[in-house]
Amino acid sequence: MDKVMDKVMGNVRLQGVTKTYPNGTLAVHPTSIDIADGELIVLVGPSGCGKSTLLRMVAGLEEITGGTVTIGGRAVNDLDPAERDIAMVFQNYALYPHMTVYKNMAYGLKNRGKPKAEIDEKVRAAAEMLNLTDYLDRKPSQLSGGQRQRVAMGRAIVREPALFLFDEPLSNLDAKLRNQMRVEIRALQRRIGVTSIYVTHDQVEAMTMADRIVVLNGGRIEQIGTPAEIYRQPASTFVASFMGAPPMNLVPADYSGNGSVRVCGTELPLGRSADYRGAVSLGVRPEDVDLATGAGDGPALPFDLHLVEELGAHRLLHGKVHAHPFVVNVHNATALSEGRMYLRVAPGNLHMFAPDSGRRI
Amino acid sequence: MADMTDTRAIPTAATPRRRRLRWGAIADHAVLIAGAFVMMAPLLMLLQMSTVPDAEILKSGPSLRIGDQFGPNLEKAMFGSMSFSGENTGLSMFRNSLILGLGFALGKIVISMMAAYAIVYFRLRFATLAFWLIFTTLLLPLEVRILPSYEVTQKLGLLNSYGGLIIPLIASATATFFFRQYFMSVPEELVEAARIDGAGPVKFFIDILVPLSKTMIAAIFIIMFVYGWNQYLWPTMIVTDEGKMTLVQGIRQITQGLEGNHIPEFGRSNLLAILAVLPPVLVVIFFQSWFVKGLTESDK
Repeated sequence: MDKVMDKVMGNVRLQGVTKTYPNGTLAVHPTSIDIADGELIVLVGPSGCGKSTLLRMVAGLEEITGGTVTIGGRAVNDLDPAERDIAMVFQNYALYPHMTVYKNMAYGLKNRGKPKAEIDEKVRAAAEMLNLTDYLDRKPSQLSGGQRQRVAMGRAIVREPALFLFDEPLSNLDAKLRNQMRVEIRALQRRIGVTSIYVTHDQVEAMTMADRIVVLNGGRIEQIGTPAEIYRQPASTFVASFMGAPPMNLVPADYSGNGSVRVCGTELPLGRSADYRGAVSLGVRPEDVDLATGAGDGPALPFDLHLVEELGAHRLLHGKVHAHPFVVNVHNATALSEGRMYLRVAPGNLHMFAPDSGRRI
Repeated sequence: MADMTDTRAIPTAATPRRRRLRWGAIADHAVLIAGAFVMMAPLLMLLQMSTVPDAEILKSGPSLRIGDQFGPNLEKAMFGSMSFSGENTGLSMFRNSLILGLGFALGKIVISMMAAYAIVYFRLRFATLAFWLIFTTLLLPLEVRILPSYEVTQKLGLLNSYGGLIIPLIASATATFFFRQYFMSVPEELVEAARIDGAGPVKFFIDILVPLSKTMIAAIFIIMFVYGWNQYLWPTMIVTDEGKMTLVQGIRQITQGLEGNHIPEFGRSNLLAILAVLPPVLVVIFFQSWFVKGLTESDK
């Protein structure tokens, strides 16, 4: 592998990066992210959240209207994309249709005036790594979607950049291939150890691939953290409902500062105290509940079952807690009963959010 | 025919439909063959007449006999001249027409591709305005502006030169329009990928855009070559030197050969006429599959 990639230091720093369009729209609010060398950062968010704009500003395809982008200690704001020492994988692959796989991969090196022998060695090594050796003489139109994706990867790899940029690279593939490529890309990135920024709207991709996730909404960062942090400690109701399928249940509740939270008459122990009084949104992950058919001892939320979704290993139970929609995810062996059941939630699995700002309490 | 249809009518219930289809195909071909015959017959007649002595045509008109005069007639057509100076032989006119047709087509392709490239890919302030200005020149064909064009050409000292034949007509709104539409359909990501790959504007144009547009180029080439080859008015204005005359201009001479007191030179005139038709036909035949591709589908 060392033959393919001579490692370049690729720590990336975004400081107050802003995008304002000429018509005055603020597409990306001042954003700061520090990316360590070799880290894979996933930018995730709904469409229009500014994740692609942010990526394109790092790539140099979009002008940076405020702040600084530093790649490997070098400010790149005023550099051309070609001079930024980056490589990008596009959603539609963006392969040159009239060139063979070999030429597609070699084109960037050729433009840099690298000697033929060196180009050849690198292209063949990359093709080897990506199982493309047999396809080097084919045109992109003769390849399957997954193979095209690999060629796009190969084109990025041979450049030996300090930073990989992925712009929703898997969204054109079918579900099965997407899962396979997800693993391939992750494994490849680990092996090569190149710093990467990966944009996606798919929270499964974000969770499975990222070292750290940046959740964006409306041009602002909602939260930066490891997948576990994002999932276990969502910083806002937006993150809580965006990450995870089905999303976190949110139920209106009251917190009066006595170590328990009241949901429509049921006092649930919180196990901690917070510097907050008043109405809250109480968040519970669908899988973080114990389901019981009888009321039993201790505080429990009444759950009225309406619909069972069979997922194979698991079942999704759609129902209501005090007239608020609530989803429970249980193992398929869990006993169910008609009508009312009871939910118990461990104190650590209760999340409280301020109802107005949506921030975590 | 009758028993053929009978035997076919027996086997299955589906036959009537199939039989009708066959009849349809036969009818289609009959129409096509008739059309082709109507188009080809005059040319074949010309060819036949060029093989028999001129006197025989005068006596008995066109016939089906293939004579032995083709060689001498061809020689007369290619190397003989009927003009005063003797410079405009069939061969020299053919050469001039070829230069005009090729220069015209290639020049238009180069200029209009670059114009379309500038309009589509560069953030020019008045790109749209510029495009529509170019586009409105479609409303001003050569015939409308022929006097000022002539004056400019004359002042540039380009009369009686290939440059004068080609350059004043080299801008093409049609081709610019076609290339613009084509470039606009090229995915934006391709441009971005090329930028990241370190291809500057010129490299992107030559390495990516030109090869991508090759079917389009072929289509435009055919249209423009035929258009240039068939120019009559402009060469007549610009060229007075007989050595620079084109074949289409020379048609006057072809008819000249048919006038006067002596026996009209049918054979030679006919061959010159065929010569004037042949290259456009060959170009179309050679490029026709590309032509259809270029105007209908995109290879992206």
